[in-house]
Amino acid sequence: MKKNLTSKTLFIAAVLAFFLFGIVGLPQKWTLDGLKTSLQRRINLGLDLKGGTHLILQVMVNDAVKSESERAVERLREDLRQARVNYADIFLPDPAKEPEKIVLQGVPPESSGDLRTIAAERLLEYELASGAENSWTLTMRPQPLAELKEGAVRQAIETIRNRVDSLGVTEPVIQEHGLGQFQILVQLPGVDDPARVKEIMQSTAMLEIRQALGGPYASEVEAIRANGGLLPPDAVLLRGKTIANRGSGSSLEEWYLISRSSAVAGRDLRRAEPTRDESGRPAVRFVLTGEGGRRFAAFTGSHVGDNLAVILDNRVIEVARIEEQIRDEGRITGAFTEQQAQDLSMVLRSGALPASIQYREERTVGPSLGADSIRQGITAAIIGLVAVMFFMLAYYHGAGINANVGLLLNLLILLGFLGLSGATLTLPGIAGVILTIGMGVDSNVLIFERIREELREGKTPPSAVEQGFARAWLTIVDTHVTTIVSAAILFMFGTGPVRGFAVTLTFGLLANLFTAVFVSRVIFDAILMRKARGEALSI
Amino acid sequence: MELFRNANFDFLGKKWYFIAGSLLLLAAGLGSIFFGKGIPLGVDFKGGTLVYVKFTHAPDENKIRSAMGSAGLSNARIQRYGAPGNNEVIIALEQQGESDEALDRGKVAILAALGSAAPAGKLDLNNTSARALRERLLERDPLRAGSDAGERYQEVATAITQLRDVTRGGVLPSLEELKGVVDPAVQAALEQDFYLSDFAVRNVEIVGAQVGAQLRRQALLATLYSLAGMLVYIAFRFEAIYGVAAVAAVFHDVLVTVGAFSLLGVEISLTVIAAILTLVGYSMNDTIVIFDRVRENLKLMRRVPFAEIVNRSINQTLSRTVLTSGLTFLTVLSLYLFGGEVLSAFSFALVVGILVGTYSSFAIAAPLVVGFQEWRLAREGRGPVPASAESGKREKMRAKA
Repeated sequence: MKKNLTSKTLFIAAVLAFFLFGIVGLPQKWTLDGLKTSLQRRINLGLDLKGGTHLILQVMVNDAVKSESERAVERLREDLRQARVNYADIFLPDPAKEPEKIVLQGVPPESSGDLRTIAAERLLEYELASGAENSWTLTMRPQPLAELKEGAVRQAIETIRNRVDSLGVTEPVIQEHGLGQFQILVQLPGVDDPARVKEIMQSTAMLEIRQALGGPYASEVEAIRANGGLLPPDAVLLRGKTIANRGSGSSLEEWYLISRSSAVAGRDLRRAEPTRDESGRPAVRFVLTGEGGRRFAAFTGSHVGDNLAVILDNRVIEVARIEEQIRDEGRITGAFTEQQAQDLSMVLRSGALPASIQYREERTVGPSLGADSIRQGITAAIIGLVAVMFFMLAYYHGAGINANVGLLLNLLILLGFLGLSGATLTLPGIAGVILTIGMGVDSNVLIFERIREELREGKTPPSAVEQGFARAWLTIVDTHVTTIVSAAILFMFGTGPVRGFAVTLTFGLLANLFTAVFVSRVIFDAILMRKARGEALSI
Repeated sequence: MELFRNANFDFLGKKWYFIAGSLLLLAAGLGSIFFGKGIPLGVDFKGGTLVYVKFTHAPDENKIRSAMGSAGLSNARIQRYGAPGNNEVIIALEQQGESDEALDRGKVAILAALGSAAPAGKLDLNNTSARALRERLLERDPLRAGSDAGERYQEVATAITQLRDVTRGGVLPSLEELKGVVDPAVQAALEQDFYLSDFAVRNVEIVGAQVGAQLRRQALLATLYSLAGMLVYIAFRFEAIYGVAAVAAVFHDVLVTVGAFSLLGVEISLTVIAAILTLVGYSMNDTIVIFDRVRENLKLMRRVPFAEIVNRSINQTLSRTVLTSGLTFLTVLSLYLFGGEVLSAFSFALVVGILVGTYSSFAIAAPLVVGFQEWRLAREGRGPVPASAESGKREKMRAKA
C-alpha cells in the first residue's frame, strides 16, 4: 500500500522549517548567542516578563460635554442679544452629573417664537423643551452626546500617544479598554518609574491668558473681603502658586481675581518651546496662530498698564504687567526646572486633552522581577518536559519516542507561532506552554491505549494502529474543543497576562492536534513499513 | 509496563463513599467560606496598593512597621514573601477613596517611608532605571567620550542594570560590586551622584475599588459563561442529562478548589480565575472520555444493565485517566515547585483542580447519570437514556412500532 509517506514526511519537514523560521528568523550568527538574540527579538514579551508599567485611565467624558455646553451657552447669549430677546439667566443646572442640560430662565412669552427659531437654526444638537414659568431647558440629543463622548476618548488616546511618543518609550500600547466605559489602557515597557510619565499624560494642558483683576490674596475669604464682600459677576477666584512656609510648617496659597473670559486659549497656540529668560532661568516661549495673535494684540492693546495672568489647568502660574501691545509671541517664566520647561512645552505642543483623566489601575513590574520570572518559568517548563518525556519512554517503550518527538515538534510549532504572529508571551503564557505539554500528551495516551487494547484482542500491528487512531479521534476532538472553548472565554474576559495564557493554551492544543494525529501516524506508518510480517510493535 | 490491565473495580458500588467524601470536602470548604476566613480576594478584586520590596539583608518587620507608622500608614500590612533567603516583603494598603490622588498616595508614602534616610541630591542606584543612569553619566562624562558618548553610556548603564537585576536579583549591596564591571572613572562619578539604599522595589500593584468591582463581575460572568457553554456542548454531543451531570461535577470542582483557597488563606487573583476556568475545561475532558466510552458500550452491550455499562466504561478508561491526570499533574507540580512566587497561587489552583477534576468524573458525574437512569426506570419504566439524539429517535420509533 503506497501511503505517500515521502510526501507526508516532506510536508512535516516543511512545517518544521516554517516554524523554526518563526522562532529565530534569519539569525546573523549561527552561534548559541546569536540564536538567543534572534529569539529575543522575535518573541514579543509581555510586561510581566520585560518589566514596565500598565495603567488604566478613566476619561472623564462629562468634562468634554460640559465644555461643549459652555460654548453653546456663549453662542446662545450672543444670539439672544442680537435677536433682542430678554432673559434673566442661562446656566447649567447640574454641571457635574448632567452637563448636557442648559436652563434658560425668564424669557417673556412673546419672545418664545424667536427662541424656537434660534434653537432650530443654531443649536441643532439640542432639543428645546419648555418648563414652568417662562423657563426653557435645552438638552443635548442622545446621538450627538454619544458621539461627543466617544470622540473625547479617541482624541484623548491620540493626545496621550503623542506625549508618550515624544518621551521615547519603545513600543507603548495605548488603546481603548473595556466596553463602553470610556477607559484607556496604556502599557509602557521598560518604564519602572511612571511618576513623570503619568504627570505628562494627565496634564490637560488647558492654557489660557486672561486679565488679572486683583490679587494676590492670602485666602479666598480675604479676596472676597477686599472686593467689598461680593465678587463681580464676570470674575472668578483662581488659585496660584503654593509657597511652603518652612518655619511654621504650613503652606501659603495665593489667590487671584481673574476675569471669566479668556483672551487666548490653548487652541490659539501654534508652537511652544523651552527657552531661557533674561536671568538665564528656564522658561517656555509660545507662538500664537494668526487668529489668536490678532485677538491677543487687540486685548493687550486695550489693556496697557493692566495685569494679565497665564493660567494652566485652572491655576495661575504667572501674572505680568502689560507694558505694550503684544502681537503673537509670549513667554512664560515661573520657577521651572529645565525638565519642567521641556515637559510643559511638549504638553502644550501635543494639544490639550479634551477631558481630564483619572487613574484607575497601576501596575509596575521591575526588571529584576521580569528576569526572575523568565528564568523560573523556563526552569519549570524544562523540568516538566523532561519528566513527561522520561515517563513516556519508560511506559510506552518505542512508541514513547514517537510521543516525545511529537511533543518537541508541538513546542516548536507553538513558539514559532508566537514569533510569527507577534502574540505576546506572558508568565501565565509560559504556564500555558507547560500545561500544553501535560495535556498534549493526553492525545498520545488515548491513541496508544487503544492500540494496546486492539493488540490485546489479537489484531495485527497495522490494523491495531489504524483502529487506534480511528476510534480515539472523536474523543481527542471533544477534549480539545472543551479546553479551547474555556480558553476562548478567558481571552474575551481577560486582560494582558491572562490573554497570553489563553493564546498559548489554544495554539498549543491546535498544534497538538497536528502532531498527535498526523505526525504520530506518519511515524507509526514509517516504522510499520520496515517491520517484517508478524513482528511485534514496541508499545 | 502496564497499569490496570484488566481493571474491574466497582466504582458505582462505592458511590456513597465518594458522595460522603465530597460532602465532607464541600462542607469544609463552604464552612471556611461562610464562617471562617471567607473567600480571600487579592488586590485585583478588592482594590488596594501592594508594594513588593526586596532588601539587601533580612528585613526587620518591626522596623518597617514603625517606619510606616510614622508616615501615617499604621494600617499597612507587612508580610514576608517567597523563600526566606530572598529577603522580600509585601507592604499592603487598603484602598482609600477613589480619586486618582488617593490611588497613588499609598505607594508614594510607602516609598518615602522606606527611603527616609536618603542623602540629599543623590539618586538611589538600587531604584534607578537604565535610562536615568545613562542621562546622569552623559552629564558627567567621566570617560570623556566623544561623539559616541550616547552609545557608550547606554552600554555602561545596561551593564550596571544587568548586574543589579539579573545577576543580583534586584539589589546591589554595595558599590564595590561594580569593580571590574565598569571603568574606575565611571565608578567615581557614580559615587558622586548616587547612593545605595538597602531596598529595591520589585513590583507595584495599585487597583482602584471601581476597577476591582468591575473585575469581580467579569470573573463571575466568565465562569458562568464557561459552564453554560460546556453544558450546551455536551448536551449537543450526548444527551441533556449528561450535560447536567458533567456541569454538576465541574461546579463541585470549582467549589472545592475555592474552598481550598479559603481554608489555606491563599488569595484569589486574576490568574487564579484563569486557572479555575482551565480546570473547568480539564474536568470536562475527563468526564467526556468516560461518557464517550459509555456511548460506545451502549451500542455494543445492549442486554447489560446501565449501571454495569457505566462501571465497565470507567474501568476501561481507568488506565488512560490515571495516566493523563498523572502526566498533567506532573507538569503542574513542576510549575508549583519551580515556577516561582508569582505563579504559585495559579499553580496551586491547578494542582488541586486536576486532582478533584479527575475524581469528580467517576465520583460525581457517572453516579449522577446512573442515578437519573434508575429514577426514570422506577418512575416510568423506560429504558436507559441513549447517549446521543439519533439513537434516541430510533428507540422511540422502535417503541411505537
